Amino acid sequence: MTMMVDSAAEFDVRDYLRKEMMPHFLCPGCGHGIALRALLWAIHELGIDKDKLAVVSGIGCAGRLSAYIDANTFHVTHGRPLAYATGLALARPDLHVVVITGDGDCLAIGGNHLIHACRRNLKLTCLMLNNEVYGMTGGQVSPTTSETRLTSTTPLGNAEPHFDACALAAAAGASFVGREGTRHVPRLKELIRAGLAHPGFAFVEVLSDCTEIFGRKNELGSSPEMIMRQKSDLRPSAYRDTVDTPFRANTLPTGVLTKTERAEYGAAYRKAAAAQRAGKAAKVGAATRNREKA
Amino acid sequence: MNAVDKMPRAQTRLRLLSGNHACALGAVAAGCRFFAGYPITPSSEVAERLSRLLPEVDGVFVQMEDEIASIAAVIGASMGGVKALTATSGPGFSLKQENIGYAAGAEIPCVIVNVMRGGPSTGMPTRPAQGDIMQSRWGSHGDYPIIVLAPASVREIYTETLRAFDLAETCRTPVVLLYDQVIAQLTETVELADHHGAGHAERKWASGPSASYQPYATGEDGIPAMSRPGAGYRVHTTGLNHAENGFPTQNPEAVARNLGRLLTKFDRHRAAIDSWETLACEDAEVIAVAIGISARAATRAIDIARANGVRLGLFRPITLWPFPEQALRETTKKARAVLVPEMNAGQLSLEVERILGGKRVDAIHRYNGEPITPEEIAQRAASLAKEGRSK
Repeated sequence: MTMMVDSAAEFDVRDYLRKEMMPHFLCPGCGHGIALRALLWAIHELGIDKDKLAVVSGIGCAGRLSAYIDANTFHVTHGRPLAYATGLALARPDLHVVVITGDGDCLAIGGNHLIHACRRNLKLTCLMLNNEVYGMTGGQVSPTTSETRLTSTTPLGNAEPHFDACALAAAAGASFVGREGTRHVPRLKELIRAGLAHPGFAFVEVLSDCTEIFGRKNELGSSPEMIMRQKSDLRPSAYRDTVDTPFRANTLPTGVLTKTERAEYGAAYRKAAAAQRAGKAAKVGAATRNREKA
Repeated sequence: MNAVDKMPRAQTRLRLLSGNHACALGAVAAGCRFFAGYPITPSSEVAERLSRLLPEVDGVFVQMEDEIASIAAVIGASMGGVKALTATSGPGFSLKQENIGYAAGAEIPCVIVNVMRGGPSTGMPTRPAQGDIMQSRWGSHGDYPIIVLAPASVREIYTETLRAFDLAETCRTPVVLLYDQVIAQLTETVELADHHGAGHAERKWASGPSASYQPYATGEDGIPAMSRPGAGYRVHTTGLNHAENGFPTQNPEAVARNLGRLLTKFDRHRAAIDSWETLACEDAEVIAVAIGISARAATRAIDIARANGVRLGLFRPITLWPFPEQALRETTKKARAVLVPEMNAGQLSLEVERILGGKRVDAIHRYNGEPITPEEIAQRAASLAKEGRSK
């Protein structure tokens, strides 16, 4: 018989939250709190020291989450958390740097930083909470809003195709890409944990629900109903009557979607720099090639 | 080979350097260990030099995907406790403004080099201008304090880069090094040895129990002690208006108190911040007020004017913002007129007019990419002197 450690019993989310910031400001039914819990659970399981944990977040509902975490937290400008985190992680390789961002923050105003972070492969974990909408500003269309959806700026229904963030990250060269919904917290925790443990850039898309604004506008029902639609993406037979959209189609893949071994940028740079200091003529490119050969 | 080249390296620190190269050397000497940038004429040499220099001192150089990412990465590195620099020119400086405001508001030390070229928009990338004098002070939204240094020679770029890092650290603020394309790419002989003691100020780090630490509480000097990630303080940093505890607040009293402290935090540090140079001002009837290459022209104009019987002097702000207004008032008290030669359509002259009230202020405004010549300044000074004498 295998001894199973019930990690859930050991994990008390309150150990990782700033109590002085409670109550939080999230709307009833919002999925972001579930995502936050899954992140903190994964951090707990990996035994990451809170003093060595740096959380960088952008602007929007997802961006506000960093303030609730008992760690070194940085709430920066709209769209730029990955760029701030790049500087922080390069300057302080001893820190564990996590980025929390939303679909608008990460894919619209910050889209350029995402693709280059994927390409660069610096050790960072990027958690993109996708609720298909700009919630903080009142429910405008975002790059992941499904086609035909109503938002405060698509009164006729969204006619723009949406981004598949995971496909984008993989195409840009991310060495770890995964997706999970807030419907399944242990599974989401496992995915985030794998991302945190990945020795390079990890992109994790979390399907979250904006019930108060996006759900209400599109008559998607209560929070449990919206969560069950996430579930129906995986088990379509249970909820055939779900509102079918390309993004929430039952073929939407979840779990770890991409995982490759690639030289981590910070380590490769420091190795080349150390070699230069040691008087060897080495460049970052050469170090990367050597690493790949080894 | 000239005399400098023949000197044994062990006996001298004389170097033939461009302004941008001097900036890179000054940054390393000041303890800068992180650079993030994006290629842009005429500042790219700062990045190129530092891409070689920083790995030698266990620092990090990174070329980011755009101008905004560059300043963001610099602020991120400084949040981690590492002295950080970025360098850009007009269009890039415009793009960086929102995040410069973040650094000012969250009080994250960093240094931004802006090599001024012709504008607006893409303007004239290889031609000099001084069109960012106002933008360097007011470019980001809202009310915020910032320090801007305006060196006028290669040697001074080196020394002011050292001072920029010192002021950024001690005052917890972004500092802009503002110089024009001529000074940036001009090559001059610089002696580095005699400036080495200058740059090594460190920011005030939090000490004591974490439970009672308030990240934006200050003592007498108005500058909060910063906590280094990993040191056990676990604080929150935000661009939202925040209270002493670092968390967002909309409480009018807390905002007024904390923003009020931010906006006046340089007041007790003006002795270290303010810097200016005066040349031949004691008996001057006309005093030129200029920075950068225009100040170099004005320096030469003093000789030309005085040879023609016109007593011209020069007041040169080295710290451009906050403007050394007290020094300007005192220096120009006895002068009949003030002349502001500047390579823009009228920026420094506005500030000089504001400070000097009813005094006669004339200006030479040039924005065609050609530097203002010493002869032009001397000529205008002669007209102003004549005008003054006839009164």
